[in-house]
Amino acid sequence: MSDTDDPEANGASDGGGGWFEARPSGAADGDTASGDAATAARVRDGTAEAPADWPARAVEAGFADDADEYYDRLKAATTRATREAVRERERADDAQLIHAVRAMDDSERVANELAERAVEWAGSLFDEVDPGIEGARAIAAREPETEVERRAVSLAERAAELDDERAALAETIGRIAPAVAPNLTEMAGPELAARLIALAGGLEPLAKKPSGTVQVLGAEDALFAHLSGRAPSPKHGIIYTHEFVRGTRPEDRGSAARALAGKLSLGARADHYAGERRERLHDDLRERMATIRARTDDGDDPGDAGGAETEGVTGDE
Amino acid sequence: MSEDLPAGVERRDIDGERRLATRGEPVYGEPTAEGWRAWDPERSKLGGMLELGLETGLTGGEKVLYLGAASGTTVSHVADFAGPTYAVEFAPRPARDLLDAAEPRNRLFPLLKDARKPETYAHVVESDVDAVVQDVATRGQAEVAVRNARFLADDGRLLLAIKARSEDVTAEPADVFEGALDRLREAYEILETRRLDRYHEDHLGVVATPK
Repeated sequence: MSDTDDPEANGASDGGGGWFEARPSGAADGDTASGDAATAARVRDGTAEAPADWPARAVEAGFADDADEYYDRLKAATTRATREAVRERERADDAQLIHAVRAMDDSERVANELAERAVEWAGSLFDEVDPGIEGARAIAAREPETEVERRAVSLAERAAELDDERAALAETIGRIAPAVAPNLTEMAGPELAARLIALAGGLEPLAKKPSGTVQVLGAEDALFAHLSGRAPSPKHGIIYTHEFVRGTRPEDRGSAARALAGKLSLGARADHYAGERRERLHDDLRERMATIRARTDDGDDPGDAGGAETEGVTGDE
Repeated sequence: MSEDLPAGVERRDIDGERRLATRGEPVYGEPTAEGWRAWDPERSKLGGMLELGLETGLTGGEKVLYLGAASGTTVSHVADFAGPTYAVEFAPRPARDLLDAAEPRNRLFPLLKDARKPETYAHVVESDVDAVVQDVATRGQAEVAVRNARFLADDGRLLLAIKARSEDVTAEPADVFEGALDRLREAYEILETRRLDRYHEDHLGVVATPK
């Protein structure tokens, strides 16, 4: 655990090295990181195609005097790496995911508004460009010559940058959603998983909702219209964006939405209460969807189409 | 029932019962007596395999790679009698308990890694381990074992518990096991199999060695 002075930074740094060997570039981790922090980081992020006799290699490289010392240092590094990784994965909480997805939506909306304005403005100054973000990018690439042109081009640049920010947020969501909700994310994809969590107000509230509610999350207007007797009940809310619903023929979409919502709420519960991946849920979902879609092919199963059914969603658990 | 227990695993009288036990710090509230901790075969697939007398080839002091360490219940017993023991677990919540179990065991190395991706820990786990113990409840358990064959010494042992329900809930366990063994045979020679139902319903214990 003596982490202060170990200057033996790089022994043998050939490729495919062990966790104790410095990375070829030596650039990562910052130079000030202590030896322990650096080795722990390599335990976490390193890879090798095949194992090797690491204890012997470490002794050879002067990393440790003997196997005993090697194992002591391995113990310190793996403990630290695992503790950090656990803490980090648990810190990736649902609140951050909600902020990220809302920020992404805001960025997208504002980027589109600004792009529209910039394109309209530029249309009076330069040649016509395509509408939307693409148009804004085309304008942003121009060399302005007057003050007015400068402003229009600058506005287009902001729109383009905001669209970059949206893409970066989507990437972040793609990274943290699997840590927050592994099962939900595997079923719904990171974006829809994040939206469902945001609409419910968190992973725990989502886990506690009946699947019938999950099915119409995001369709609140239609739902309240229905409850006050003005409309049929909505078949789906935000989960409409899922391929299993959208890609199913309209007569069967109600069934598909109901089946998907059932599995998504089971996924959310597994994520909240256990935090572990449940292979079976994913198999079940694939099976259900195959069954529902098979109706399209054979045209049998007559009494069971579309909104004809009512309840009984998670009957198999 | 053969009594080829590894050195460091003994049958001891604990709470008036003759039980498998190892010597070490208690981990999960298991009963203890004179420094020996009872190893409950109903909570541990490997414990069940030893209790049922499978020829595990474990002698004590060996290098072990343990896949699917979960909270560390079984791997803590393994580390009590084995040498350097690498414990791989993918889920952060159980891994936190694993850290506690590993704390007083200075040759038990906890790793938060995905057992389906051995390349993410091959830079840490040494080659030629004597035993790979596997208890992962995901689909493709045989595939995981095949991918991790690279760590085993030529005469090493794979000690695998296959959970039928993780592969296919609807199929007959016997069919599931047959399919898994077929896949295993691509990298291993199967030495022994035994249903663990007495302690673990619809589980098959497998002892194999690299081909």
